[in-house]
Amino acid sequence: MSHNLPEDGPTTRWKRFKDNDVVWSFINSPGAMIAAAVTVFLILACILAPIIAPFDPFDPSQISLWDGKLPPAWIEGGQSQYFLGTDNQGRDMLSTILYGGRLSILVGLAAVCLGMVLGVTLGVISGYVGGVTDAVIMRIADVQLTIPGILLAILINGVGRAFLPLELRQEFAVYVVIIAIGLTDWPQFARVARGATMVEANKEYVQSARIIGLPAWLIMIRHVLPNTLRPVLVIATIGLALAIIAEATLSFLGQGIPPTTPSLGTLIRVGNEYLFSGLWWITLFPAVALVVLVFAVNLLGDWMRDALNPKLR
Amino acid sequence: MFFFIFRRLAQSILVMAIVSAVSFSLFNFVGDPVNNMVGQDATREQRIEIRQQLGLDDPILSQYARFLGNTLQGDFGMSYRIKRPVDQLILERLPATLELVFVSAVIALVVGIGLGVYTGIRRHSWISRSILSVSLVGVSLPTFIIGIALIYVFAVHLRWLPSSGRSGTVDFGWWKTSLLTVDGWRAIILPAITLSLFQLTLILRLVRAEMLEVMQTDYIKFARARGLAERAINFRHALRNTLVPVITIIGLNIGGLIAFSVITETVFQWPGTGLMFIQAVDFVDVPIMAAYLVFVALLFVLINLIVDILYFVVDPRIRLGE
Amino acid sequence: MTELLKITNLNVEFPTRRGRFQAVRGVNLTVKAGEVLGLVGESGAGKSTIGNAIIDLLEAPGQISGGSILFEGEELCGRSELEMRRLRGNRIGMIFQDPQTSLNPLMTVGAQLVETIEKTNDLRGSEVEGRAIELLEQVGITEAKARLSAYPHQFSGGMRQRVVIALALAGDPDLIIADEPTTALDVSIQAQILDLIKQLCRQRSLGVIIVTHDIGVIANIADRVAVMYRGEVVETGDVAQILGAPQHKYTKSLIAAVPRADQKLERFSSVDYIEGGDVAMRRIDIQTHWLGQSLRERVKGKAIEVENLDLSFTLQKSILKRNRRMLKAVDNVSFTVNEGETFGLVGESGSGKSTVARLIAGLYRPDSGQVRVIGQDVVSQPSSKDAREARRALQMIFQDPYSSLNARMRVLDIVAEPIRFYKLTSSEAETRKIVGDLLDHVGLGARAALRYPHEFSGGQRQRISIARALASRPRILICDEPTSALDVSVQATILNLLKDLQQELGLTMLFISHDLPVVRQMCDRIAVMRHGAICEVSDIEALFSAPSHEYSRHLLSLMPRMDLLG
Repeated sequence: MSHNLPEDGPTTRWKRFKDNDVVWSFINSPGAMIAAAVTVFLILACILAPIIAPFDPFDPSQISLWDGKLPPAWIEGGQSQYFLGTDNQGRDMLSTILYGGRLSILVGLAAVCLGMVLGVTLGVISGYVGGVTDAVIMRIADVQLTIPGILLAILINGVGRAFLPLELRQEFAVYVVIIAIGLTDWPQFARVARGATMVEANKEYVQSARIIGLPAWLIMIRHVLPNTLRPVLVIATIGLALAIIAEATLSFLGQGIPPTTPSLGTLIRVGNEYLFSGLWWITLFPAVALVVLVFAVNLLGDWMRDALNPKLR
Repeated sequence: MFFFIFRRLAQSILVMAIVSAVSFSLFNFVGDPVNNMVGQDATREQRIEIRQQLGLDDPILSQYARFLGNTLQGDFGMSYRIKRPVDQLILERLPATLELVFVSAVIALVVGIGLGVYTGIRRHSWISRSILSVSLVGVSLPTFIIGIALIYVFAVHLRWLPSSGRSGTVDFGWWKTSLLTVDGWRAIILPAITLSLFQLTLILRLVRAEMLEVMQTDYIKFARARGLAERAINFRHALRNTLVPVITIIGLNIGGLIAFSVITETVFQWPGTGLMFIQAVDFVDVPIMAAYLVFVALLFVLINLIVDILYFVVDPRIRLGE
Repeated sequence: MTELLKITNLNVEFPTRRGRFQAVRGVNLTVKAGEVLGLVGESGAGKSTIGNAIIDLLEAPGQISGGSILFEGEELCGRSELEMRRLRGNRIGMIFQDPQTSLNPLMTVGAQLVETIEKTNDLRGSEVEGRAIELLEQVGITEAKARLSAYPHQFSGGMRQRVVIALALAGDPDLIIADEPTTALDVSIQAQILDLIKQLCRQRSLGVIIVTHDIGVIANIADRVAVMYRGEVVETGDVAQILGAPQHKYTKSLIAAVPRADQKLERFSSVDYIEGGDVAMRRIDIQTHWLGQSLRERVKGKAIEVENLDLSFTLQKSILKRNRRMLKAVDNVSFTVNEGETFGLVGESGSGKSTVARLIAGLYRPDSGQVRVIGQDVVSQPSSKDAREARRALQMIFQDPYSSLNARMRVLDIVAEPIRFYKLTSSEAETRKIVGDLLDHVGLGARAALRYPHEFSGGQRQRISIARALASRPRILICDEPTSALDVSVQATILNLLKDLQQELGLTMLFISHDLPVVRQMCDRIAVMRHGAICEVSDIEALFSAPSHEYSRHLLSLMPRMDLLG
């Protein structure tokens, strides 16, 4: 390495961003770019659902039972206004998938954020402070990890709903699901954050900060936390995919989002009942949408993990 | 060494204690046990009598103690919905779940480890790349969708295999097995594949990642420098070192199988403990929920313990100390 | 005597995303049987790459792009992988730097020996075990038969390297390439391993290429030397000639930069050959500058006083007290450091010197004992205002330039952190000016403020660390092996900088090192540590001329004999 100073001019944020290995790897990986494009497209489509969907499936006045169980437009019996057909209640499939996808994504994101905030906070504190605090937090995490996530989510969800009076159950189902999934997620984040924290806490720049006299909380936030974000982000993308699957599973089992404001999982559940009578579109399209969404998120997460790991190049 | 086992045992007991406490609070605070036992039209006196019978007016701690005592004997009371003792229900349905999990585990481990090792060694061949891409799809498919798809293709369209339920059972005393008849296998194969797929892809990717990491180590480099054959390096060095950390994950995966069996059983209406659990949650049938929780926790704690001991046995650095 | 290995005009390239990187350029080397060729150069010079190229184990995506490698008359370039595999272990052996990672931790030493022997010889069955025992004995491992069933982690570092050497010899090769074989070992073990290699070379008439950055190793073991810089061989010759009368400018500066152990000089000679070198920097006028205000706060009395310091670490936890294993890292350590002097703390790794430094700096709490900084007790109530004031007067510079700076912060923010935290200035503008001045003063230039740490080399990062330490206006500076991770050429400039700063600012320094020649140049008084305890405290020249403790004598004897130097 030369002993010269780097070229003149300060390093702007943009320059640093472009030069970053991760970004370079992304720009040069067609798979990653396609995955990102698909994900962004889907997410945008779903978020913009109220604007771009032809109907509002959650509005009872727009649903007509007469139009129920219609096949997709290109099959005999279908109508052009219901492009992908309708479900058993007369809701337009395309709109319902858009709205449902929106719900799935939002729930997934919220759950992962909840898990991340809770887990990273506890993990960083645990890793930095050590001692009894660390032991206690990690014991709790270990105990929780003994039971696999999905079971725990079902349980928390079930208990949560049972606590709510009947009238409120449907309205608050979304929140219960988010809390249930988020609470099952935090130990993973805590573990990763703690591991990264322990590595960073031993590094000499943290020792320097301690010698300068900075208080522990300031060191944790300013020095340790930003450096733990990389591995946490990798877990977060995987976590997002798993959260979306978890919500879909809960809804499919009848425990999650109710059919009045269905998510993709609920739609599949509804469609499953009609599968054998030949109404395949009610199951197929939501299923495809769900799988494509999760697949794209996984692809992104996979690429991110490889790009952030210098050893595998 | 004993200290190690002792610590793990202590931890296991702690876990079970916490789980039993959670289970107990389920009983007490979720829903009203009296209502569930007796129904809406019971008179006030009947309710008071039942409360006394169930000991619901005693202090919490003694209720908990009683609960613990009962639990340790396997007595979880009666299901609110089915009106039969819970422990009987669990025992009846256990073989179905365990067999399903067993077959799935075998599939997931054999195929997962095999393909994982292959893609780790032959990193750049096109077969490896396709396997890897397919595995990514595998991780993205929720279990229930796989189940529905398989049913639709194999049961509805092709009509090769039954679409639900368990058949072809043979009695082995108390245990009803379905693995001894052709019918039984025909019924179990779709649920088993469904259940195993998710774990299979996880194991595959994990084994591959571990293998790749091992191939980068100095001792592999040194082995090459000594002129050892690729095969010896792959199997004697790389594989052995890969499997050690994989053992823990395998243990956890068995846990995952038990968890996801809930979903698979629902899709295929397989009469196991998982289906029973879901139905219990639907009806807020607390005794079954509580019992299932304790039961599953016990199972996982045991699995974790075994895995830890295995780890201990296999890695000489832990066994012989520094 | 015919040449065992003859390399002609070798080129090795690494295609990177920024273009093709020439790791090795036009290199010519020869090695004869029975002689040791030392390949010396600083990090990045390309010396390890040559070793890897010979045996065709270049890290992807490197490749040989030209030249020839003749081994015993046969051309090695362009051979198939199968042919090279037959060559490796059988005729050419290689050993690497870190014995801990070179051995498979899950296989016994015996198993690894057996598989190597079976591959390279025609022995079978019990003959194989016999040969394994023979090999272990030849490398100096006693109780060889029992050791066969042991695992690598049960050996010490030096013993592990012996096992590695045994494995490399298993196939009875004619050429051994040793890539930094002693860098990861303790000083006293280093000498033993080097002796072993030399002995094996003579006994078996092996050709040995020893790749290293350490001139001391070269002086110890090499017959001929090739000096590398940036991928090229700049000079070759007998070891006496290279060390005593170097011809090439780079070699001259490299030899000159090695700290002299035989006399005390005022300054270290730096390697001027490096392109660019030090950018001439504006020096600030200490008297009038903000930094110089600390001069006015004269230290009253002793700067650091350490009394009966004890610290133990728990190696193995256990509920039962008798099963616990503790390591006494610091054992009843006492010494004082006077104001304005440089006090050295010397010892091998594990001696406890770094731990003592961290105890003084407040990073660890002692089990018992006293630490007084500028007369103020900092141990009993570490969070009291007085204790914190006293601690602020003390700053520390660490060994690893790569982990001592937060990679996500700009240099400006790194250096300004103490200034901002203690509100030592009245405005942000003033802070920036001071940071700029500090960066100028340490030789980096004010413009470095807007960049990130990864854009700088190891030596430059240490300068940033020094600037950061100065930003608190300390009275005492603890330097924990500040140059051990740096190349020799850079060491000199950093050490000179530290000396200058000490004189200008009247700093007291606690200097920790395992490198005796460096310590001789830097320190006024010195304490020798071993196993957590102090063996001897004395004035620097007194220690070097008449050491009183036996361990001090042992350490002095291990210093590489540089009498070949002019």
